Amino acid sequence: MLRRAIVCLALMSAPMAVSAAGDVTEFQLDNGMDVVVIEDHRSPAVVHMVWYRVGAADEPAGHSGIAHFLEHLMFKGTDDLGDGEFSDIVEANGGSDNAFTSWDYTGYFQRVAADRLGLMMEMEADRMRDLIITEDQVRTERSVILEERAQRLDTSPGGLFNEQMRAALFMNHPYDTTIIGWRHEMEQLSLQDARAFYDLYYAPNNAILIVAGDVQPDEVRALAQEHYGPLAPSEGIVTRERPAEPPHTTDRRVVFTDARVANPYVSRMVLAPAREPGDQAGAAALMLLAQILGGSNVTAVLSRQLQVEEGRSLFAGAFYNDTSYDPDSFTLINMPVPGVSLAEAEADLDRVIATFLETGIDPAQFDRVKFQLAAAQIYAQDDVQGLAREYGVALTSGLSVADVQAWPDIIAATTIEDVMTAARRVLVDTPSVTGYLSQPAEIAAVVEADAPIADATTPEEATQ
Amino acid sequence: MIMPRVTAVLTAIVIALPAWAIDIQEVTSPGGIDAWLVADDTIPFVALEVWFRGGTSVDPDGARGAVNLMTGLLEEGAGDLDAQGFAAATENLAANFGFAAYRDSVGISALMLTENRDTAVDLLRSALIAPRFDDTALERVRGQVLAGIEGDAQDPDAIASASFNAMAYGDHPYATSGDGTQESVTALTRDDMTAAHGAVFSRDNVVVAAAGDITAEELGLLVDRLLGDLPAGAAPLPGPAPYLLAGGTTVVDFPTPQSSVLFGHRGLERDDPDFFAAFVLNQILGGGGFRSRLMQEVRVDRGLTYGIYSYLALSDYAPMWMGQFSSSNDLVAEAVAVTQAEWADVAQNGVTDEELDAAIRYMTGAYPLRFDGNDTIANILAAMQADDMPVSYVEDRNAFITAVTQDDIRRIATRLLDPDALHFVVVGQPDGLMTGN
Repeated sequence: MLRRAIVCLALMSAPMAVSAAGDVTEFQLDNGMDVVVIEDHRSPAVVHMVWYRVGAADEPAGHSGIAHFLEHLMFKGTDDLGDGEFSDIVEANGGSDNAFTSWDYTGYFQRVAADRLGLMMEMEADRMRDLIITEDQVRTERSVILEERAQRLDTSPGGLFNEQMRAALFMNHPYDTTIIGWRHEMEQLSLQDARAFYDLYYAPNNAILIVAGDVQPDEVRALAQEHYGPLAPSEGIVTRERPAEPPHTTDRRVVFTDARVANPYVSRMVLAPAREPGDQAGAAALMLLAQILGGSNVTAVLSRQLQVEEGRSLFAGAFYNDTSYDPDSFTLINMPVPGVSLAEAEADLDRVIATFLETGIDPAQFDRVKFQLAAAQIYAQDDVQGLAREYGVALTSGLSVADVQAWPDIIAATTIEDVMTAARRVLVDTPSVTGYLSQPAEIAAVVEADAPIADATTPEEATQ
Repeated sequence: MIMPRVTAVLTAIVIALPAWAIDIQEVTSPGGIDAWLVADDTIPFVALEVWFRGGTSVDPDGARGAVNLMTGLLEEGAGDLDAQGFAAATENLAANFGFAAYRDSVGISALMLTENRDTAVDLLRSALIAPRFDDTALERVRGQVLAGIEGDAQDPDAIASASFNAMAYGDHPYATSGDGTQESVTALTRDDMTAAHGAVFSRDNVVVAAAGDITAEELGLLVDRLLGDLPAGAAPLPGPAPYLLAGGTTVVDFPTPQSSVLFGHRGLERDDPDFFAAFVLNQILGGGGFRSRLMQEVRVDRGLTYGIYSYLALSDYAPMWMGQFSSSNDLVAEAVAVTQAEWADVAQNGVTDEELDAAIRYMTGAYPLRFDGNDTIANILAAMQADDMPVSYVEDRNAFITAVTQDDIRRIATRLLDPDALHFVVVGQPDGLMTGN
């Protein structure tokens, strides 16, 4: 009975995803602006998003954080709107607005009643070309982003550790630099930096408009023509070519200590390919691999062995970033229970992975993971803003609408052999960066002395 | 120039918005259990919320953390399935079950596909009615809870919250974390789990809400199947908490470059006649978005924080008016001073007509947009029932907001906002701030 359900759902999931809620239409304006419309007529709301194909990985050297800083400054003013007036008008219309920056994209969105869509487009088109910022605004807002960095990273040992891990993993590609920027460079970001970045990259032919909710594609087309159509494209937009990683030829290690670490863990990162236009099979195998190794807190390979059966880990999992413009990372994490050192935790990880490479994947688990991924397509339709975001991330990573729509079928067609081939590639053939996050040694020693099951001479101390 | 058109649209909205309605069905199951439903068969799944009043506040004496640990064990083995068997069965159905313990309730959330809903309900029922509390699962989840307690001890936000609660609420359960302490959680036994299970789950302290692909009749049968075998008679609920914290500042030394700040004083009950005035006033003072007084003064004009918010904390036994932000150690004293000054300004001078209009426009315009998916709708319906609100609230709510006048705002500001009563807990190494009144 179960097997029948799996077959049914695997066959049905793709058509359901595009027919029930979530009809997707795409077109392009004459000035090169791409438009995607996702319909969901269940509630009278609409999400209006403009995504720019530019992010932290496109920043000029020495000016890290400028993509994100500009995102903040975009809420200041234009030739038509005063400081903060953009958000005031959104709120006065019962809407909410915000923005986000990653390595590959910068996005702006408003969520409003569907009949306010034209107003949102009018204002977003206005600030695409007519931003006005002052030295005073730059000075104050720079303080805000430094506070944001403090809140997101400097008060979080895990955040600082991850920043160091990426800096070690990427030896040449700008993914080595944290999105919000290095503090010493953020402190120097200027109005001129922001202006230059804005003038170069903020243009209709570098933007994707995504409208999701209670709208008809024709209505969106007419409004987009009216508001975005008149904007002149920029001559300076070229296909992004970032410095590529050289072959990773050796394993490397990061040891990060911080007195505020409560639960030490070991992390292992390797460079991993992402979904490519028309070629997503490798990424699908890696995504399934991450699910098989770490997609459940009880039944995945790492958690089942280390958390449930041996009781040696508090958490053991795997993470893979399948959607990015350039190759990103595949990560394993093992957080041991108190009394198990990080060196032992690393050995545990090695042991479970070695066994996995020998014994392969349990077909029953593989079926369960695939069935859940197919069902996730159904649940995802409940959140049209989430769908809009999925398209935005994919399109700014170089994928097409067709690629996004083919993804579930490509996952469904992936075999156990495909996954094991991918596993050997990232777990055996690719050199890795292994990192320890722990308290400073003297504090760790005190803690261990208090813990009856701790081994006083752990191999962890030898590695430091 | 786009301003004239913007103005035109702003004027139009008051007419445009009221044309909204949502159809909430009040369902009583054949067995007599009430549930609320918004039926929508667009997507073939249902979102179900089942909340039990009480939460971690009904922990038995000497067993702090029992309800939280028990809740964490519900999905770790039930009936004839051990933890792995239960997880595999859930995955086979692609159902999503969530179990969470809060101060005032234990919440169960479920997303279930239409095609296998009956099987999924049976599985969920076994977790609720017949959890096994196996020793191995108990030890494993206990370890996870202890690690979380360790983590909170190193987290400035969690330290601020724990410090505020410990000083404010005397001997009431609100004074301590529902997760328990290292000592109390280490001492919990399987008997404590059984006792906590009995204290929390009963058919007379439950609210049920569903949204999605299910009919009223089907929901009635589902509810009886899921909850019909629960006993009556939940543990007695705690009474109101005392509030013992005078105005002032408490600095908790913690080695971090940025201080976490939690502040507040007494608030008001949801059934207070002036609740909506306070609700609107809080929106102006520090409710989300960039336009609030606190966000404008502390972030936008001075760059002292990434975000600052105030909120009416409507917990069952200690209604509070609270706020929070983080500022670097060298800026936090100024941020606290600006916050106090804004609090005092609004208490003395109220708000402008423009601020009141803008807040009402935002709150009434945003409300219908909340009902945008099965999952969110089920949560809203459960929250309304937990707050003893009638179904008609969704129709009337915007009228309550629109009715708030400047007189109402002045009255509630005078009555409640008191800069001298605000207590700030600052966790970090702030320059120029010391503990004192």
